Amino acid sequence: MAGLPPYATTGERVWYYSFRVLCGLIFLFLIAPIIIVVPLSFNVEPYFSFTEGMLNFSEEAYSTRWYADIVRNGMAAPDAEQGWWADMWQNAQWVRAIKNSFFIGIFSTLLATALGTLAAIGLARSEMPFKGAVMALLISPMIVPLVITASGLFYAFSQIGLAKTYPGIIMAHAVLGTPFVIITVTATLVGFDHSLTRASASLGADPVRTFFKVQMPLILPGVISGALFAFITSFDEVVVVLQLADPTQRTIPRQMFSGIREQISPTILAVATILVIISIALLATVELLRRRSERLRGMSPQ
Amino acid sequence: MADITAPGPRRSLTEAPQRSAETSGPLLAADGTPLRRKLRQALFVSRMRAMGLATPLVLFVLLAFVFPIFVLLWQAVYNDTFEDGMPRTTELLAEWDAISDPDEAMYAAVITDLIEARDRERALPTKVGARVNREKSGSLSLFKKTNRRAQRLEAPFKEAMVDLDKKWGDIEYWRAMKVASQSVSPAFVASALDLHYTADGTFEWEDPKRQIHLKLFLRTLEISLIVTLATIALGYPVAYLLATLPARVSNLLLILVLLPFWTSILVRTTSWIAMLQSQGVMNDIFVWIGITADDQRFSMIYNKLGTLIAMTHILLPFMILPLYSVMKTIPPSYVRAAKSLGATNWTAFWRIYAPQTVPGIGAGAILVFILAIGYYITPALVGGQDGVMISNIIDDHMRKSLNYSLAAALGLVLLVFVLFLYWLYDRIVGIDNMKLG
Repeated sequence: MAGLPPYATTGERVWYYSFRVLCGLIFLFLIAPIIIVVPLSFNVEPYFSFTEGMLNFSEEAYSTRWYADIVRNGMAAPDAEQGWWADMWQNAQWVRAIKNSFFIGIFSTLLATALGTLAAIGLARSEMPFKGAVMALLISPMIVPLVITASGLFYAFSQIGLAKTYPGIIMAHAVLGTPFVIITVTATLVGFDHSLTRASASLGADPVRTFFKVQMPLILPGVISGALFAFITSFDEVVVVLQLADPTQRTIPRQMFSGIREQISPTILAVATILVIISIALLATVELLRRRSERLRGMSPQ
Repeated sequence: MADITAPGPRRSLTEAPQRSAETSGPLLAADGTPLRRKLRQALFVSRMRAMGLATPLVLFVLLAFVFPIFVLLWQAVYNDTFEDGMPRTTELLAEWDAISDPDEAMYAAVITDLIEARDRERALPTKVGARVNREKSGSLSLFKKTNRRAQRLEAPFKEAMVDLDKKWGDIEYWRAMKVASQSVSPAFVASALDLHYTADGTFEWEDPKRQIHLKLFLRTLEISLIVTLATIALGYPVAYLLATLPARVSNLLLILVLLPFWTSILVRTTSWIAMLQSQGVMNDIFVWIGITADDQRFSMIYNKLGTLIAMTHILLPFMILPLYSVMKTIPPSYVRAAKSLGATNWTAFWRIYAPQTVPGIGAGAILVFILAIGYYITPALVGGQDGVMISNIIDDHMRKSLNYSLAAALGLVLLVFVLFLYWLYDRIVGIDNMKLG
């Protein structure tokens, strides 16, 4: 497929180019919906569609009003001079959602990463008993339909007073994030050279020191990308939040969910654009980490 | 690993061969214990250590995931609303054969229980009535009516109650109460499958007009299947292109696959609304090209089509990534060899290349199918009427109608199906081989 040989027949040539066009269309299908929100979020009109003016690139058709709306929506006095910052920090709906998302996301990521990394190291050891069963159990939060997880957590947590609380949501998100941590850390450990830990032990380091000085730096890229996966899982999760959170605990996706259902406004598109930028940043970080990890382990890409 | 080598003073190398020649008994470790036992001990310790590392997470997952789901699913077979509200009636109904006419004692028990239940909690008789109503419609109004007059009724209760409402003379209502009085019963699981559990302990099909769940399960399966096939159709060419292009180009193109994977599902669903709505981008393009008139724009969102398109887009990376990782390992020389032996392009692809990609298709298809079958967000936002899936109904019962038992029963059926697929995935692909990006 890499390049067309000079002896290719006409039919092969036609197929070669039409196949590339087909793939191009599929890539367009993948990427177009993500790109399209960016120009639409600058629409001056409160619609989800391109206006005449936008297509003619006239300046009046574009504005940043929906970005301003992110911080203003829900404020008591958005035009007041005094106490504007405090008002925004306290009352703006989206600002509260952003605060909630980061609060829940960071704590559930810490919990998921700590527990998941330890478990992955245990699972990667050849002596681990019941490896298959334990792995199946630990990956299952990714497989079980979210609505069942959410309903179960809501039902059980409301009986012990954990529903509608931050610890409850954080625990739920941590459970959902751990499979990703396990998968990424296990993948890093597959190529791990165990003679390094033996060398460290023979030089007199105890297991804890060996872990932090030898093993951890080597698997760190895997741990960080697992943590990023866990964070994005929590950051993007809405089904559990729908059931388990009360209105003041709304996260960004929850706010978007009700925004789409109730009052559809381009503010959602502005938020979506910001989220796309965040996901590009996360993707770039994970990609760099993966390359670094491959380099550290001496596995260069072809 | 390190503790297999036993501690203790080391003997010089010259000493060792002599020693093994002298002693013909079991090999001893440095401290005198047999080496076999020492090794077993060391192995035990490292096994414990490995398990100790995994234990915190296992406990966490059991407590914050498995146990809550179990508690909920238990509600599918256990519902004590009736037994709790009407203890005396429950006792008598258990002895009753469900064929003979109910006797005076049973009528009296209903009245005593109703009065007592109302004293305990005002809404309790209504709750009990609602529970019986699930078995036979009309029971709720019967219970409400009887509850209002209960204090004024006098013995003999049988005549008084039949006088109050003829339904009390109908044995079908008593049979419904008998079913409701069994706290542990398959009634809810049966109703999740559109079956009716009768007082005789048999199952019969629900009235066709009330059969909604099987239809929903079928639609969920249908949507998941179409989405899976669509992702194979769209993912296969892309994965093939990525696997055959030089690494530098394919790494760049791979970003186009990974970016949607990292973008919020809400964002992608929102943008599909912007794309597909009647004043949306796609319809604008269609009108501009002339495929359709301005006043006859296609309705592509808030229905099944919208759900299918958005779900295919969201799940496509889950198909491309496993396919790509399988295709990358297929040596291009196989196809070249086939061609040099006289195979046409098609034969070389179909007979040589395609069979080697089957594991990738299997891995991707099962993963996409598992994720699709429990999908909630996209159908809830863009599904409209005919794009609703089973997850949405479960959520409805949990949050709106508060019928936890039915939600649990529907969830149980869905979960059994998903776990079967999960088992299949483990058998075919192996959970260890799951990769991300």
